[in-house]
Amino acid sequence: MSELECRNLTLGYDSKIVISNLNFKVESGNYLCIIGENGSGKSTLMKTILGLRPAISGEIIFGDGMKKNEIGYLPQQTVVQKDFPASVQEIVISGCLGKSGLSPFYSKKEKATAVKNMERMNILPLSGRCYRELSGGQQQRVLLARALCATDRMLLLDEPVAGLDPKVTVEMYNLIKELNSNGTTIIMISHDIVSALKYATHILHIGNDVFFGTKEEYLASSDSLILAGGEQNG
Amino acid sequence: MADIISKLSMYMGYSFVRYALIVGVLIALCSSLLGVTLVLKRFSFIGDGLSHVAFGAMAIAAILKFTNQMIFILPVTIFCAIILLLGSQERKIKGDAAVAMISVGSLAIGYMLMNRFSTSANVSGDVCSSLFGSTSILTLSRFDVILSCVLSVAVVLLFIFFYNKIFAVTFDEGFAKATGVKANVYNLLVAIVIAVIIVLAMNLVGSLLISALVIFPALSAMRVFKSFRSVTICSAIFSVICALLGILISVVAGTPVGSTIVIVDIAGFAVFYLTGLIGGKIK
Repeated sequence: MSELECRNLTLGYDSKIVISNLNFKVESGNYLCIIGENGSGKSTLMKTILGLRPAISGEIIFGDGMKKNEIGYLPQQTVVQKDFPASVQEIVISGCLGKSGLSPFYSKKEKATAVKNMERMNILPLSGRCYRELSGGQQQRVLLARALCATDRMLLLDEPVAGLDPKVTVEMYNLIKELNSNGTTIIMISHDIVSALKYATHILHIGNDVFFGTKEEYLASSDSLILAGGEQNG
Repeated sequence: MADIISKLSMYMGYSFVRYALIVGVLIALCSSLLGVTLVLKRFSFIGDGLSHVAFGAMAIAAILKFTNQMIFILPVTIFCAIILLLGSQERKIKGDAAVAMISVGSLAIGYMLMNRFSTSANVSGDVCSSLFGSTSILTLSRFDVILSCVLSVAVVLLFIFFYNKIFAVTFDEGFAKATGVKANVYNLLVAIVIAVIIVLAMNLVGSLLISALVIFPALSAMRVFKSFRSVTICSAIFSVICALLGILISVVAGTPVGSTIVIVDIAGFAVFYLTGLIGGKIK
């Protein structure tokens, strides 16, 4: 049983179909990169997996004892967040909320989870700092720590390196790889095909031609030739 | 100075002044609590829009000769608040346009009804006082005061109880939903609470100036403080102090209550703005 399986999934909005009959599986510990051109439906797919919008048809099946709410999510930053007055600690611990039910306050355990995940992301010294004053890379670490508070079983990352400089981008990728090595399943939307091929175990390419398979299969297929150009030869 | 104090203590002897102070402070407290969320969600003008809805509802209630207008005004305003705040991302008409539409529409309907059907001889005076709240806070009945107290306590308790959820939903609705927080329930809650506050606040500052009570405390606090908790606490304190000062000044100086409170708010904002500038430089 896979942790996540999409069967005959058709997605779209306003009766316009973006993706049709999509099939793929994610096993525990996989590192799946979803790549494709702008408008190919990457974000729509991600929102559907997260349960934020309904699919037109088809089903998403969670297996392996995985529940729908056990996905951590690293969204792209919104305009609202740019000048949001909140401390790092407040944001990180808010990741625990999905599990805390109606209780109005955070428990000791949840506070400890927040501290643990801030440590993992090397942002503990920043815990009292204001989110809007941090650098782009630091902000991503904060949001990643928040996602880990929700779960460390499966993370969905929506273009985690968008807007980061090259050095911070590499750090971010290494951080994600490290999480993956510790057993977290990673699903990442990315524009960066070179890095996707470097780190991922599986590739889902959506667009006019749909491809799903392991990285090796992808490299051997014709899709990669068009997209990655001379990359695999060089 | 002694003159002012003796004048104040004389006014304190009147129950309507005490009522005005109690209700004023409570409303200022409630509106500032949700102000932070509304400003951050880019709904600064919802106070204005909903207060016009309440104005329109009040005109209808007056024509239908309801003895207690609250019973009609409150449900109508809550209904509009829910329409505005729920599912605002998915809709065709976006937040600010929807607020503007509802606001202008109900203002026009309200004024039309008052103009055509009013039994009072002084229509423009009536409209003016319900828009600017020039006297109504000084004519509160005992029932109004008790109702305000009960509703305010409910608002404060709800806010404290759901504080963490409100934070999460304000900061990142998508993430909250994805991890199993029922974001729409909390959006609904915020919509209902803000409608209740606005209907209450109409008695204090009138329709037109309610936005000020929502916006100024939050914006002032955001100049200086960096965490959500400190911003919320600061804006509550800021709002209460400004309302208190505003009412006292207006009683002593005989100025309109609503405008006085807002002018005190503006002065407070200026102080916080400068503090923020200086604080930022020192850092």
